[in-house]
Amino acid sequence: MSQLLTIAAEEAQNPLVPPIPELVIGLIAFVIVFGVLAWKLLPNINKVLEERREAIEGGIEKAEAAQTEAQSVLEQYKAQLAEARHEAARLRSEAQEQGAALIAEMRAEGQRQREEIIAAGHAQIEADRKAAATALRQDVGKLATDLAGKLVGESLEDHARQSRVIDRFLGELEEKAEAAR
Amino acid sequence: MSADPTQVLAFETDCHIFDGCGFPAPGLHSFLFEPLWGDADSNLYFNKPMLLALLGSLVVIGFFWAAFRKPKVVPGKLQMVAEAGYDFIRRGVVYETLGRKEGEKYVPLIVSMFFFIWMMNLWSIVPLAQFPVTSIIAYPAVLALIVYVLWVTLTFKRHGFVGAWKNITGYNKDLGPVLPLAMLIEFFSNLLVRPFTHAVRLFANMFAGHTLLVLFTIASWYLLNGIGIAYAGVSFVMTIVMTVFELFIQALQAYVFVLLACTYIQGALAEHH
Repeated sequence: MSQLLTIAAEEAQNPLVPPIPELVIGLIAFVIVFGVLAWKLLPNINKVLEERREAIEGGIEKAEAAQTEAQSVLEQYKAQLAEARHEAARLRSEAQEQGAALIAEMRAEGQRQREEIIAAGHAQIEADRKAAATALRQDVGKLATDLAGKLVGESLEDHARQSRVIDRFLGELEEKAEAAR
Repeated sequence: MSADPTQVLAFETDCHIFDGCGFPAPGLHSFLFEPLWGDADSNLYFNKPMLLALLGSLVVIGFFWAAFRKPKVVPGKLQMVAEAGYDFIRRGVVYETLGRKEGEKYVPLIVSMFFFIWMMNLWSIVPLAQFPVTSIIAYPAVLALIVYVLWVTLTFKRHGFVGAWKNITGYNKDLGPVLPLAMLIEFFSNLLVRPFTHAVRLFANMFAGHTLLVLFTIASWYLLNGIGIAYAGVSFVMTIVMTVFELFIQALQAYVFVLLACTYIQGALAEHH
Protein backbone atom coordinates (compact mmCIF):
# COMPACT_ATOMS: atom_id res chain seq x y z
CA MET A 1 0.00 0.00 0.00
CA SER A 2 2.72 2.42 1.00
CA GLN A 3 4.65 1.29 -2.07
CA LEU A 4 1.66 2.18 -4.24
CA LEU A 5 1.45 5.58 -2.62
CA THR A 6 5.11 6.17 -3.29
CA ILE A 7 4.66 5.21 -6.93
CA ALA A 8 1.67 7.51 -7.15
CA ALA A 9 3.65 10.33 -5.58
CA GLU A 10 6.54 9.74 -7.95
CA GLU A 11 4.18 9.73 -10.87
CA ALA A 12 2.74 13.00 -9.76
CA GLN A 13 6.25 14.34 -9.59
CA ASN A 14 7.32 13.27 -13.07
CA PRO A 15 8.09 16.69 -14.51
CA LEU A 16 7.43 15.50 -18.07
CA VAL A 17 3.82 14.52 -17.48
CA PRO A 18 1.63 17.58 -17.86
CA PRO A 19 -1.28 17.84 -15.43
CA ILE A 20 -4.56 18.44 -17.25
CA PRO A 21 -5.63 21.57 -15.30
CA GLU A 22 -2.35 23.29 -16.08
CA LEU A 23 -2.71 22.40 -19.74
CA VAL A 24 -6.14 23.99 -19.74
CA ILE A 25 -4.98 27.11 -17.93
CA GLY A 26 -1.95 27.37 -20.19
CA LEU A 27 -4.17 27.14 -23.25
CA ILE A 28 -6.58 29.72 -21.87
CA ALA A 29 -3.77 32.09 -20.94
CA PHE A 30 -2.23 31.88 -24.38
CA VAL A 31 -5.53 32.11 -26.21
CA ILE A 32 -6.34 35.29 -24.29
CA VAL A 33 -3.07 36.88 -25.35
CA PHE A 34 -3.34 35.68 -28.94
CA GLY A 35 -6.99 36.69 -29.15
CA VAL A 36 -6.54 40.24 -27.96
CA LEU A 37 -3.40 40.83 -29.98
CA ALA A 38 -4.72 39.31 -33.19
CA TRP A 39 -8.19 40.82 -32.86
CA LYS A 40 -7.36 44.40 -32.08
CA LEU A 41 -3.88 45.47 -31.10
CA LEU A 42 -1.79 44.15 -33.96
CA PRO A 43 -4.24 45.30 -36.68
CA ASN A 44 -4.15 48.68 -34.92
CA ILE A 45 -0.41 48.98 -35.08
CA ASN A 46 -0.24 47.55 -38.60
CA LYS A 47 -2.59 50.27 -39.76
CA VAL A 48 -0.46 52.94 -38.15
CA LEU A 49 2.77 51.45 -39.51
CA GLU A 50 1.22 51.47 -42.96
CA GLU A 51 0.11 55.07 -42.48
CA ARG A 52 3.59 56.01 -41.37
CA ARG A 53 5.13 54.27 -44.36
CA GLU A 54 2.74 56.12 -46.65
CA ALA A 55 3.46 59.41 -44.92
CA ILE A 56 7.18 58.91 -45.41
CA GLU A 57 6.77 57.78 -49.00
CA GLY A 58 4.31 60.63 -49.58
CA GLY A 59 6.93 63.08 -48.30
CA ILE A 60 9.50 61.58 -50.62
CA GLU A 61 7.06 61.73 -53.52
CA LYS A 62 6.30 65.37 -52.74
CA ALA A 63 9.98 66.20 -52.65
CA GLU A 64 10.47 64.40 -55.93
CA ALA A 65 7.56 66.27 -57.49
CA ALA A 66 8.98 69.58 -56.25
CA GLN A 67 12.35 68.69 -57.69
CA THR A 68 10.84 67.77 -61.04
CA GLU A 69 8.93 71.01 -61.08
CA ALA A 70 12.02 73.02 -60.21
CA GLN A 71 13.88 71.23 -62.97
CA SER A 72 11.20 72.02 -65.53
CA VAL A 73 11.03 75.63 -64.40
CA LEU A 74 14.78 75.89 -64.70
CA GLU A 75 14.67 74.46 -68.19
CA GLN A 76 11.85 76.79 -69.13
CA TYR A 77 13.83 79.71 -67.77
CA LYS A 78 16.91 78.65 -69.67
CA ALA A 79 14.88 78.31 -72.84
CA GLN A 80 13.41 81.75 -72.32
CA LEU A 81 16.85 83.17 -71.68
CA ALA A 82 18.22 81.62 -74.85
CA GLU A 83 15.22 82.90 -76.78
CA ALA A 84 15.71 86.38 -75.37
CA ARG A 85 19.38 86.29 -76.31
CA HIS A 86 18.50 85.15 -79.77
CA GLU A 87 15.88 87.88 -80.08
CA ALA A 88 18.31 90.52 -78.90
CA ALA A 89 20.88 89.39 -81.45
CA ARG A 90 18.24 89.45 -84.15
CA LEU A 91 17.13 92.95 -83.15
CA ARG A 92 20.69 94.12 -83.10
CA SER A 93 21.43 92.84 -86.60
CA GLU A 94 18.13 94.24 -87.80
CA ALA A 95 18.98 97.60 -86.31
CA GLN A 96 22.35 97.48 -87.96
CA GLU A 97 20.75 96.73 -91.29
CA GLN A 98 18.22 99.46 -90.81
CA GLY A 99 20.93 101.89 -89.79
CA ALA A 100 22.97 101.05 -92.85
CA ALA A 101 19.92 101.48 -95.07
CA LEU A 102 19.13 104.75 -93.39
CA ILE A 103 22.64 106.03 -93.86
CA ALA A 104 22.59 105.02 -97.50
CA GLU A 105 19.25 106.73 -97.93
CA MET A 106 20.47 109.87 -96.24
CA ARG A 107 23.52 109.82 -98.37
CA ALA A 108 21.43 109.53 -101.49
CA GLU A 109 19.15 112.29 -100.28
CA GLY A 110 22.11 114.55 -99.54
CA GLN A 111 23.50 113.84 -102.97
CA ARG A 112 20.19 114.66 -104.54
CA GLN A 113 19.82 117.90 -102.57
CA ARG A 114 23.34 118.93 -103.43
CA GLU A 115 22.70 118.35 -107.06
CA GLU A 116 19.47 120.29 -106.81
CA ILE A 117 21.24 123.17 -105.13
CA ILE A 118 23.96 123.09 -107.71
CA ALA A 119 21.40 123.01 -110.51
CA ALA A 120 19.48 125.88 -108.91
CA GLY A 121 22.74 127.81 -108.59
CA HIS A 122 23.54 127.21 -112.25
CA ALA A 123 20.06 128.35 -113.27
CA GLN A 124 20.37 131.41 -111.13
CA ILE A 125 23.74 132.24 -112.59
CA GLU A 126 22.37 131.71 -116.09
CA ALA A 127 19.41 133.94 -115.34
CA ASP A 128 21.65 136.60 -113.82
CA ARG A 129 23.97 136.35 -116.74
CA LYS A 130 21.06 136.76 -119.18
CA ALA A 131 19.67 139.68 -117.21
CA ALA A 132 23.09 141.22 -117.04
CA ALA A 133 23.59 140.66 -120.75
CA THR A 134 20.23 142.20 -121.54
CA ALA A 135 20.91 145.22 -119.31
CA LEU A 136 24.38 145.50 -120.71
CA ARG A 137 23.09 145.34 -124.23
CA GLN A 138 20.67 148.14 -123.58
CA ASP A 139 23.28 150.26 -121.82
CA VAL A 140 25.91 149.57 -124.40
CA GLY A 141 23.39 150.38 -127.19
CA LYS A 142 22.41 153.63 -125.50
CA LEU A 143 25.98 154.60 -124.91
CA ALA A 144 26.94 153.71 -128.43
CA THR A 145 24.00 155.61 -129.86
CA ASP A 146 24.75 158.60 -127.71
CA LEU A 147 28.37 158.47 -128.70
CA ALA A 148 27.57 157.98 -132.35
CA GLY A 149 24.99 160.81 -132.20
CA LYS A 150 27.59 163.14 -130.77
CA LEU A 151 30.08 162.04 -133.44
CA VAL A 152 27.63 162.28 -136.26
CA GLY A 153 26.03 165.33 -134.82
CA GLU A 154 22.66 164.28 -135.57
CA SER A 155 20.27 162.63 -133.40
CA LEU A 156 19.93 159.10 -134.16
CA GLU A 157 16.91 159.00 -132.15
CA ASP A 158 14.86 157.57 -134.85
CA HIS A 159 13.83 154.60 -133.04
CA ALA A 160 13.43 152.25 -135.84
CA ARG A 161 16.72 152.89 -137.31
CA GLN A 162 18.39 153.05 -134.08
CA SER A 163 17.35 149.62 -132.97
CA ARG A 164 18.23 148.08 -136.30
CA VAL A 165 21.76 149.49 -136.12
CA ILE A 166 22.23 148.42 -132.51
CA ASP A 167 21.03 144.94 -133.17
CA ARG A 168 23.27 144.58 -136.15
CA PHE A 169 26.19 145.79 -134.04
CA LEU A 170 25.57 143.52 -131.21
CA GLY A 171 25.01 140.67 -133.60
CA GLU A 172 28.43 141.31 -135.03
CA LEU A 173 29.91 141.45 -131.52
CA GLU A 174 28.38 138.15 -130.61
CA GLU A 175 29.55 136.56 -133.81
CA LYS A 176 33.05 137.75 -133.02
CA ALA A 177 32.80 136.42 -129.52
CA GLU A 178 31.58 133.11 -130.83
CA ALA A 179 34.42 133.01 -133.30
CA ALA A 180 36.93 133.90 -130.60
CA ARG A 181 35.74 131.18 -128.32
CA MET B 1 11.70 13.73 -0.61
CA SER B 2 11.44 16.62 1.79
CA ALA B 3 8.98 16.57 4.59
CA ASP B 4 6.49 18.81 2.88
CA PRO B 5 6.95 18.89 -0.88
CA THR B 6 4.22 21.42 -1.37
CA GLN B 7 5.30 24.06 1.08
CA VAL B 8 4.97 27.63 -0.13
CA LEU B 9 8.57 28.57 0.64
CA ALA B 10 11.24 26.47 -1.02
CA PHE B 11 13.06 25.79 2.26
CA GLU B 12 12.93 26.03 6.04
CA THR B 13 13.84 29.54 7.15
CA ASP B 14 15.56 28.53 10.39
CA CYS B 15 17.87 25.96 8.89
CA HIS B 16 21.56 26.90 8.76
CA ILE B 17 24.87 25.09 8.40
CA PHE B 18 26.55 23.91 11.67
CA ASP B 19 23.09 23.75 13.26
CA GLY B 20 22.84 20.05 12.62
CA CYS B 21 20.49 20.76 9.78
CA GLY B 22 21.00 19.13 6.38
CA PHE B 23 21.14 21.20 3.22
CA PRO B 24 17.60 21.52 1.94
CA ALA B 25 18.57 20.95 -1.69
CA PRO B 26 16.13 22.01 -4.35
CA GLY B 27 14.58 19.28 -6.40
CA LEU B 28 11.39 18.30 -8.10
CA HIS B 29 9.52 19.43 -5.02
CA SER B 30 10.62 22.99 -5.87
CA PHE B 31 8.25 22.78 -8.81
CA LEU B 32 5.23 21.58 -6.88
CA PHE B 33 2.81 23.94 -5.29
CA GLU B 34 0.07 23.60 -2.76
CA PRO B 35 -3.14 24.56 -4.54
CA LEU B 36 -4.36 28.02 -3.67
CA TRP B 37 -7.81 26.75 -4.26
CA GLY B 38 -9.30 23.28 -4.73
CA ASP B 39 -7.79 19.85 -4.16
CA ALA B 40 -4.60 18.58 -5.81
CA ASP B 41 -6.01 15.05 -6.09
CA SER B 42 -9.04 16.11 -8.09
CA ASN B 43 -8.41 17.82 -11.39
CA LEU B 44 -10.07 20.93 -10.09
CA TYR B 45 -7.58 23.21 -8.44
CA PHE B 46 -5.78 26.48 -8.85
CA ASN B 47 -2.14 26.99 -7.93
CA LYS B 48 0.60 29.56 -8.14
CA PRO B 49 1.85 28.77 -11.68
CA MET B 50 -1.72 29.00 -12.96
CA LEU B 51 -2.11 32.36 -11.27
CA LEU B 52 1.17 33.51 -12.76
CA ALA B 53 0.15 32.25 -16.19
CA LEU B 54 -3.08 34.23 -16.14
CA LEU B 55 -1.39 37.26 -14.61
CA GLY B 56 1.31 37.02 -17.26
CA SER B 57 -1.36 37.09 -19.94
CA LEU B 58 -2.77 40.20 -18.39
CA VAL B 59 0.67 41.81 -18.24
CA VAL B 60 1.34 41.10 -21.93
CA ILE B 61 -2.10 42.32 -22.94
CA GLY B 62 -1.81 45.32 -20.63
CA PHE B 63 1.53 46.28 -22.12
CA PHE B 64 0.35 46.03 -25.71
CA TRP B 65 -2.98 47.56 -24.86
CA ALA B 66 -1.24 50.61 -23.43
CA ALA B 67 1.10 50.77 -26.39
CA PHE B 68 -1.15 49.91 -29.34
CA ARG B 69 -4.67 50.82 -28.23
CA LYS B 70 -4.46 54.23 -29.83
CA PRO B 71 -1.27 54.07 -31.84
CA LYS B 72 0.04 57.24 -33.40
CA VAL B 73 1.95 57.80 -36.60
CA VAL B 74 4.50 59.68 -34.53
CA PRO B 75 4.94 57.20 -31.67
CA GLY B 76 5.33 57.89 -27.96
CA LYS B 77 7.99 56.16 -25.88
CA LEU B 78 5.91 53.13 -24.94
CA GLN B 79 4.63 52.66 -28.45
CA MET B 80 8.17 52.92 -29.76
CA VAL B 81 9.39 50.18 -27.42
CA ALA B 82 6.45 47.93 -28.25
CA GLU B 83 6.92 48.59 -31.95
CA ALA B 84 10.57 47.64 -31.69
CA GLY B 85 9.62 44.31 -30.08
CA TYR B 86 6.83 43.69 -32.57
CA ASP B 87 9.01 44.56 -35.51
CA PHE B 88 11.86 42.42 -34.23
CA ILE B 89 9.70 39.30 -34.21
CA ARG B 90 7.82 40.19 -37.38
CA ARG B 91 10.87 40.91 -39.49
CA GLY B 92 13.58 39.01 -37.67
CA VAL B 93 11.64 35.79 -37.24
CA VAL B 94 8.52 35.55 -39.39
CA TYR B 95 9.55 37.37 -42.56
CA GLU B 96 13.02 35.91 -42.30
CA THR B 97 11.79 32.31 -42.34
CA LEU B 98 8.45 32.44 -44.15
CA GLY B 99 8.87 35.46 -46.36
CA ARG B 100 6.67 38.51 -46.35
CA LYS B 101 3.87 37.10 -48.47
CA GLU B 102 3.43 33.73 -46.77
CA GLY B 103 4.42 34.93 -43.33
CA GLU B 104 1.99 37.82 -42.89
CA LYS B 105 -0.78 35.43 -41.80
CA TYR B 106 1.28 33.97 -38.96
CA VAL B 107 2.62 37.23 -37.55
CA PRO B 108 -0.04 37.59 -34.82
CA LEU B 109 0.42 33.99 -33.68
CA ILE B 110 4.20 34.15 -33.55
CA VAL B 111 4.31 37.60 -31.97
CA SER B 112 1.83 36.72 -29.23
CA MET B 113 3.61 33.40 -28.68
CA PHE B 114 6.98 35.09 -28.24
CA PHE B 115 5.80 37.68 -25.77
CA PHE B 116 3.65 35.14 -23.92
CA ILE B 117 6.60 32.78 -23.46
CA TRP B 118 8.93 35.61 -22.58
CA MET B 119 6.58 36.83 -19.89
CA MET B 120 6.11 33.31 -18.53
CA ASN B 121 9.89 32.97 -18.36
CA LEU B 122 10.32 36.41 -16.85
CA TRP B 123 8.27 35.45 -13.81
CA SER B 124 11.39 33.56 -12.77
CA ILE B 125 13.10 36.74 -11.62
CA VAL B 126 10.12 38.87 -10.65
CA PRO B 127 10.19 39.29 -6.87
CA LEU B 128 7.49 37.34 -5.02
CA ALA B 129 6.56 35.41 -8.18
CA GLN B 130 10.07 33.98 -8.71
CA PHE B 131 8.91 31.01 -10.66
CA PRO B 132 9.12 30.47 -14.41
CA VAL B 133 5.73 29.17 -15.47
CA THR B 134 7.32 27.44 -18.45
CA SER B 135 9.25 25.16 -16.09
CA ILE B 136 5.98 23.28 -15.73
CA ILE B 137 5.84 21.04 -18.82
CA ALA B 138 2.14 21.71 -19.35
CA TYR B 139 2.69 25.28 -20.57
CA PRO B 140 5.37 24.60 -23.19
CA ALA B 141 3.42 21.47 -24.16
CA VAL B 142 0.30 23.47 -24.95
CA LEU B 143 2.24 25.90 -27.09
CA ALA B 144 4.14 23.14 -28.87
CA LEU B 145 0.83 21.37 -29.45
CA ILE B 146 -0.65 24.47 -31.08
CA VAL B 147 2.35 24.68 -33.40
CA TYR B 148 2.16 20.94 -34.07
CA VAL B 149 -1.53 21.02 -34.95
CA LEU B 150 -0.92 24.02 -37.20
CA TRP B 151 1.98 22.26 -38.86
CA VAL B 152 0.02 19.04 -39.55
CA THR B 153 -3.01 20.99 -40.80
CA LEU B 154 -0.93 23.15 -43.11
CA THR B 155 0.99 20.17 -44.47
CA PHE B 156 -2.17 18.31 -45.44
CA LYS B 157 -3.90 21.42 -46.73
CA ARG B 158 -0.97 22.49 -48.84
CA HIS B 159 0.10 19.16 -50.33
CA GLY B 160 -2.95 16.93 -50.25
CA PHE B 161 -2.98 13.53 -48.58
CA VAL B 162 -0.17 11.81 -50.52
CA GLY B 163 1.91 14.95 -50.85
CA ALA B 164 1.64 15.58 -47.13
CA TRP B 165 2.98 12.14 -46.30
CA LYS B 166 5.76 12.60 -48.79
CA ASN B 167 6.54 15.92 -47.14
CA ILE B 168 6.48 14.49 -43.64
CA THR B 169 8.62 11.47 -44.50
CA GLY B 170 10.99 13.46 -46.69
CA TYR B 171 10.28 11.26 -49.69
CA ASN B 172 13.14 11.51 -52.17
CA LYS B 173 13.65 8.98 -54.98
CA ASP B 174 17.35 9.78 -55.30
CA LEU B 175 18.02 8.10 -51.95
CA GLY B 176 17.54 4.67 -53.60
CA PRO B 177 17.84 1.69 -51.25
CA VAL B 178 18.08 3.74 -48.04
CA LEU B 179 14.80 5.48 -48.83
CA PRO B 180 12.62 3.33 -46.56
CA LEU B 181 14.98 3.81 -43.66
CA ALA B 182 15.24 7.55 -44.26
CA MET B 183 11.47 7.79 -44.49
CA LEU B 184 11.05 5.87 -41.25
CA ILE B 185 13.51 8.14 -39.44
CA GLU B 186 11.95 11.27 -40.89
CA PHE B 187 8.51 10.03 -39.93
CA PHE B 188 9.49 9.53 -36.31
CA SER B 189 11.57 12.66 -36.20
CA ASN B 190 8.99 15.00 -37.67
CA LEU B 191 5.74 13.56 -36.48
CA LEU B 192 6.53 12.12 -33.07
CA VAL B 193 9.80 13.44 -31.67
CA ARG B 194 9.73 17.03 -32.85
CA PRO B 195 6.75 18.34 -30.87
CA PHE B 196 8.21 16.69 -27.81
CA THR B 197 11.65 18.26 -28.22
CA HIS B 198 10.05 21.56 -29.09
CA ALA B 199 8.29 21.66 -25.74
CA VAL B 200 11.03 20.05 -23.70
CA ARG B 201 13.72 22.44 -24.98
CA LEU B 202 11.92 25.36 -23.41
CA PHE B 203 10.79 23.44 -20.36
CA ALA B 204 14.22 22.02 -19.54
CA ASN B 205 15.99 25.34 -19.92
CA MET B 206 13.61 27.04 -17.56
CA PHE B 207 13.57 24.09 -15.21
CA ALA B 208 17.35 24.02 -14.98
CA GLY B 209 17.57 27.78 -14.68
CA HIS B 210 15.11 27.88 -11.86
CA THR B 211 16.83 24.98 -10.09
CA LEU B 212 20.14 26.82 -10.26
CA LEU B 213 18.63 30.03 -8.96
CA VAL B 214 16.91 28.21 -6.10
CA LEU B 215 20.11 26.30 -5.34
CA PHE B 216 22.20 29.44 -4.96
CA THR B 217 19.47 31.29 -3.12
CA ILE B 218 19.00 28.51 -0.62
CA ALA B 219 22.75 28.08 -0.24
CA SER B 220 23.19 31.78 0.45
CA TRP B 221 20.75 31.49 3.29
CA TYR B 222 21.83 28.06 4.51
CA LEU B 223 25.53 29.00 4.71
CA LEU B 224 24.81 32.12 6.73
CA ASN B 225 26.41 30.83 9.95
CA GLY B 226 29.96 31.16 11.31
CA ILE B 227 32.68 30.67 8.72
CA GLY B 228 29.99 29.76 6.21
CA ILE B 229 29.20 33.48 5.79
CA ALA B 230 32.16 33.81 3.41
CA TYR B 231 30.74 31.02 1.24
CA ALA B 232 27.32 32.56 1.56
CA GLY B 233 28.74 35.72 0.00
CA VAL B 234 30.06 33.74 -2.96
CA SER B 235 26.76 32.00 -3.32
CA PHE B 236 24.90 35.29 -3.21
CA VAL B 237 27.09 36.72 -5.95
CA MET B 238 26.34 33.60 -7.97
CA THR B 239 22.65 34.21 -7.39
CA ILE B 240 22.99 37.66 -8.92
CA VAL B 241 25.09 36.36 -11.80
CA MET B 242 22.62 33.57 -12.48
CA THR B 243 19.73 36.02 -12.35
CA VAL B 244 21.35 38.11 -15.06
CA PHE B 245 22.16 34.99 -17.03
CA GLU B 246 18.58 33.78 -16.70
CA LEU B 247 17.36 37.14 -17.94
CA PHE B 248 19.28 36.43 -21.12
CA ILE B 249 18.22 32.78 -21.36
CA GLN B 250 14.55 33.69 -20.89
CA ALA B 251 14.51 35.95 -23.94
CA LEU B 252 16.69 33.55 -25.91
CA GLN B 253 14.48 30.53 -25.25
CA ALA B 254 11.35 32.45 -26.17
CA TYR B 255 13.10 33.47 -29.38
CA VAL B 256 14.26 29.92 -30.12
CA PHE B 257 10.79 28.56 -29.53
CA VAL B 258 9.10 30.89 -32.02
CA LEU B 259 11.95 30.56 -34.49
CA LEU B 260 11.49 26.78 -34.48
CA ALA B 261 7.74 27.24 -34.80
CA CYS B 262 8.33 29.33 -37.91
CA THR B 263 10.77 26.80 -39.30
CA TYR B 264 8.18 24.04 -38.88
CA ILE B 265 5.50 26.14 -40.57
CA GLN B 266 7.95 26.89 -43.35
CA GLY B 267 8.57 23.16 -43.75
CA ALA B 268 4.85 22.59 -44.08
CA LEU B 269 4.48 25.29 -46.74
CA ALA B 270 7.59 24.37 -48.69
CA GLU B 271 7.44 22.19 -51.78
CA HIS B 272 8.63 18.69 -51.03
CA HIS B 273 11.44 17.50 -53.21
